Amino acid sequence: MQVEAYEGEDMILNMGPQHPSTHGVLRLELKTDGEIVQRIVPHIGYLHRCFEKHAENVDYPGVIPYADRMDYIASMNNSLGYALAVEKLMGIQVNERVKTIRVIVAELNRIASHLLSIGTYAMDIGAYTPFLHCFREREKILDLFEWTCGARLLYNYNWVGGLSHDLPDGFVEKARQFLKEFEPVIVEENNLLSFNKIFIERTANVGVLSKEMALSYNVTGPNLRGSGVQWDLRKDIPYCGYETYTFEVPVGLGKFGSLGSCWDRYYVRVREMEESVKLIRQALDRLPEGDVQEHVPKRVKPPKGEVFGRSETPRGELGYYIISDGGTNPFRVKVKSPCFTALSVLPEISKGQMVADIIAVIGSIDIVMGELDR
Amino acid sequence: MEALLQYLSENISGYGQLPVFVQYLLPMLLACVLCLALAALFGLVAVWVERKVAAHMQDRLGPMRVGGWHGWAQTLADGVKLLLKEDIIPAQADKALFKLAPIVVFLGGFASLLVLPFGQRVIVSDLNIGVLYVVAISSFGVVGIIMAGWASNNKYALFGGMRAAAQIVSYEIPAVLAILTVVIPVGSLSMQEIVKAQEGGWLGIGNWFVFKPITFIAFFVYYLASLAEVNRTPFDIPEAESELVAGYHTEYSGMRFAFFMLAEYLNMFVVSAVATTLFLGGWNSPVLAGPAAFMVKAVALVFVQMWLRWTLPRLRVDQLMYVSWKVLLPASLVLVIGAGALAVL
Amino acid sequence: MKTAPEILQVLQDKFPGKIIKSDMSVIDPFAVVDAGALLEMCVFLKDDPGLAFDSLMCLSGVDYKGLKGEAERIEVVYHLFSMKHRHAFVLKVQLPRENPSLATVETVWAIANWHEREAYDMFGIRFEGHSDLRRILCPDDWEGYPLRKDYEQPETYRGMPARAAKQFVEMANEGLEVGTNPFKAG
Repeated sequence: MQVEAYEGEDMILNMGPQHPSTHGVLRLELKTDGEIVQRIVPHIGYLHRCFEKHAENVDYPGVIPYADRMDYIASMNNSLGYALAVEKLMGIQVNERVKTIRVIVAELNRIASHLLSIGTYAMDIGAYTPFLHCFREREKILDLFEWTCGARLLYNYNWVGGLSHDLPDGFVEKARQFLKEFEPVIVEENNLLSFNKIFIERTANVGVLSKEMALSYNVTGPNLRGSGVQWDLRKDIPYCGYETYTFEVPVGLGKFGSLGSCWDRYYVRVREMEESVKLIRQALDRLPEGDVQEHVPKRVKPPKGEVFGRSETPRGELGYYIISDGGTNPFRVKVKSPCFTALSVLPEISKGQMVADIIAVIGSIDIVMGELDR
Repeated sequence: MEALLQYLSENISGYGQLPVFVQYLLPMLLACVLCLALAALFGLVAVWVERKVAAHMQDRLGPMRVGGWHGWAQTLADGVKLLLKEDIIPAQADKALFKLAPIVVFLGGFASLLVLPFGQRVIVSDLNIGVLYVVAISSFGVVGIIMAGWASNNKYALFGGMRAAAQIVSYEIPAVLAILTVVIPVGSLSMQEIVKAQEGGWLGIGNWFVFKPITFIAFFVYYLASLAEVNRTPFDIPEAESELVAGYHTEYSGMRFAFFMLAEYLNMFVVSAVATTLFLGGWNSPVLAGPAAFMVKAVALVFVQMWLRWTLPRLRVDQLMYVSWKVLLPASLVLVIGAGALAVL
Repeated sequence: MKTAPEILQVLQDKFPGKIIKSDMSVIDPFAVVDAGALLEMCVFLKDDPGLAFDSLMCLSGVDYKGLKGEAERIEVVYHLFSMKHRHAFVLKVQLPRENPSLATVETVWAIANWHEREAYDMFGIRFEGHSDLRRILCPDDWEGYPLRKDYEQPETYRGMPARAAKQFVEMANEGLEVGTNPFKAG
């Protein structure tokens, strides 16, 4: 490793692992000239819990609780990706009820995850109130999940071949009521935050991510769509029956400032929440009857082979590369985490910005260290 | 204070026989104690009100248990807790400056209480340069903030201190110019004179400067500039919690931290009181004129400050400077020229 | 959009003899390529307008040891995808388990920088020409490559115990004293 020459004027500022705004344990080493940042080196690995090694020592259903704990904010989507990959490997086709419920919980979790992302982003920028409004709505979603499977944050819900619990009676009515109460909140948050002049000045033209850089760094999810690329796995390579639903994929338009700025990424998330509401309504309307554990195999023993399955989580494309040797434990599970690729872009897009802007950029990339470090 | 002196000499027999310096010393001490009591009480109540206001704006309840009714004793409990905490001074910190900084910051606000006209005779000292005195003394706080930032031996604190210095010094200018637009029509720097000039009028409030053309805009300029003076959101960069942990008071804990907080709320009150005096008629009021009216108006302005804090996001440092130098300063210059023109014509 | 056999055909035409084996019948068709030709192949795969693999979905290291019927080796697997044409392909490179080393592809896809750091951290694969090859998830002075099948946890790291302590259940079953007692010394 090279040691750089350290000029007298520059300051090395450590935004250490414990910091109110780094969304987890992330260490950023900033080399600043006053307020302007010249170089950032992210140091990760503080939350590394050896998911991939654990996955080799437990059986296939036993990996699902570990998978939940990677991105602990959107864990329905994590386990969904894993379950889909293993089902692809084993050739299991789940029934319609399972597919519909999977869409419902995945989209509810998407709303919950985006609420948290928006709330904490607002708090980083200095507006303290939207955080509590967003969490109030998130509580309602977490209550729905607790009613369904007993857990608020880490569910172990999507099993290989089905689900762990069926939806309780009355879930559909309660979910519809939540959606009805939730839609005005998005409007309220837009008035309070999204189109607030101070917020726009803090986030537009900051951390601009160009299309080419996004593709080269394999940035996916709202970060990619904020830069104007129309790519969403749910529409382009659909799974779980997403092709049968009507919804739009919001894309950054460069309404304020350059295309691909923090505001675009933030607003894509707000619009995605609206689209998720539409998806959930359609799924609730068409929920068919069935047994959610119909196709769950007694022993999950995929044939020898490998598969790479991807799904669209709130943070981007989560990829599972699973190699099976024919036994009950996986031979290798490699996770391609969307936050990992998103954070790798940070040193490039924050050159020449100010320290306050770095906070804005990190918040807009929406990283969860659990998924980054696995 | 004159009122106190008069009261004492009338009601205490043999007061005139005391040595002269004691005759003057007693009212001074009494006034000082009353000011201290006001500062402390206001801090106590203001913190509780802020927490309640914040809570209700965020759709929750705030303190509810300590003391029974809506947690009114919460600040008392917090104060006791802070008093009992371990006094931590960083090993490499500049000890003398570190200990002195909170006191200097507090002093800036406390000494300004001297010239605030609470009522017709309820004023500690009716200096005939009252306005100038307030402006000068409230800048004292900046020195304390820079001392705190430097003495903490912490990069974040230093950042906070530097930002605060830049911010407060820049916003002084539009604030003072806005004050000038009031001083010009009145023709005097004395606080009581300014209040007397706003007496009477239509419905008892028509003569307030906030309803007159030039000073109407000057009120908003002064209010915005004073928000920056007291480091309140949207101008709270120096203590930007999510960026610099806690800015210039990162390394402070216990009673020293309590002093900073007390100083901040006191400053909020002082600038609101100055705005009340200059623009909202001071203690004039169609009903219940006197200290009560003054306090109601000042507290209302403090409430608006709190309201703004919990609604708006924070401005970045360079945007803050932009607002000060490119928006408020030209506006206030134009206003001063306008006020001068109006006075001549 | 090309099918996997078509992509394989294009590769075989352009790089004759560099493709060691391939399998088109599995879920994700792959081709095992010669380690020396990897960088050239990746540049071609990205720049060729008919293939246009502009996205490196995943770069994984795999340690094949102790698997019946498989030779002992370390593989580096590249999952490629083309956003333009919507086709996918998998490249694999097989390396010996002692001192595995390979050319870096970070000049082709920028994300390979971090993925290769992780492969180095977990498997010990050295990537020639990498701009900043150091550990990413483990601390910088960690010893050993954790995801290898023969990895042994070190006893201590900088003086701290680095192995899981014995569970109380095991100790109790062995008859040892478990837990702490405030009235007992030691």
